[in-house]
Parts: sequence; C-alpha cells; structure tokens
Amino acid sequence: MARSLKKGPYVHHKLLKKIAQIHQSGRRDKSIKTWSRASMIIPDMVGLTIMVHDGRKFVPVFIKESMVGHKLGEFAPTRTFKGHAGHRKK
Amino acid sequence: MARIAGVDLPKNKRGVIGLTYIYGIGRTTARKILQEAGIDENIRVKDWTDQNIRDIATYIRNNLKVEGELRTEVQMNIKRLMDIGCYRGIRHRKGLPVRGQRTRTNARTRKGKRKTVANKKKATK
Repeated sequence: MARSLKKGPYVHHKLLKKIAQIHQSGRRDKSIKTWSRASMIIPDMVGLTIMVHDGRKFVPVFIKESMVGHKLGEFAPTRTFKGHAGHRKK
Repeated sequence: MARIAGVDLPKNKRGVIGLTYIYGIGRTTARKILQEAGIDENIRVKDWTDQNIRDIATYIRNNLKVEGELRTEVQMNIKRLMDIGCYRGIRHRKGLPVRGQRTRTNARTRKGKRKTVANKKKATK
C-alpha cells in the first residue's frame, strides 16, 4: 500500500540534516554515508553522491534527476550472484 | 468493417468485447467509451453505424493512449528503470521477475523455456 500523502516522503531525519549541511557549505563533492535504505530520494539530493549501505559495505550512488521518487536501497543491491557452481561457459 | 485505432474489430462480437481487441482497452474502458458515445454495449460491432464508429474513434483519440503510443510509453518506462540502475531495472535487464516472486521454481513466463544444465555432479558414495 502506498504511503499517505499527508506525511510526505520518508527521509531519515539525520540524512536530511546532512544534506542541508552540504547545501549550506556548498561542498557537493563530499559524500554522505547512510544506512537508511528506506529513505526516499528527494530533489535536494540530485547531484550528490550518497554511500548506501548494502549490509557489508557502502555503495556509492550518484543521484540523477530521474531517480527522484525511488528509495536509496533500490540502487545498492544486497545480494551478489556469482553464478552457479560448476557452471562454466563462454 | 469497423477499424479503430488501426485495429480491425471482430464484427460478430458485442461492442464492449469488440473494443477490448484494441491494446490498452479492457472491459472497464470499453464500457466507458460506449457510454460516452451513447451506444448500447450489447450492439454487435457489425451493427454500428458510421457515425457510431466516428464517435468512438474521436473519443479514443481525445482521451486515451492506445496501441503503439501506449506500447512506446511502457517501453520507455522500463528503459528508464534500466538506465538508472535500480533494482527493478536490473531485474528487467536480466529477464527475471521484477516484483519479488520466487525464482527457485516457476517464473517461466519471464525466464522463458527451461534450459537444462547438463551433467550435474553425481553424488559421491
């Protein structure tokens, strides 16, 4: 079920704070680390690189405009599939 | 013969059903179209007057996205997902189910025909 519009998009409050900080300092090259995979990507994040935790390490995600409305976790896969055992070809 | 949005409609079917042969029109939309055009939904496609057909065609043109245009839109949406590299896009790229279904078994619609992996290791002993 979709989230109620009344509440607005969910973004972790600490992440919001860090984004505001970056915008204030104007240092867009600085990346933000976050575990908050459920946070929605909002227009303020466009152009930033956010390090999203995948359970093991942080995956750098460069935010493009077309990503707005998706969640951060969608861009940092949690599973790595290395192929089936004994399956060699090509 | 009724030809709407570049599709020939089956002439012996009821109006509501006939319209569903157009990509992008299902039962609900078909019903709505006929209501707007003031045509009974039980009238067979072959019994529509030219004016009826024109009314229907106009309504579709002005209000709905159907056939090629709609297919393009769907493809564009999928392409967008693939371009931004999100999870759903990756699933589309790999031809696997996108909405969290199991893939251990089934999922044949997305994966296509079974490809048997030959020579599975024999159990030792």
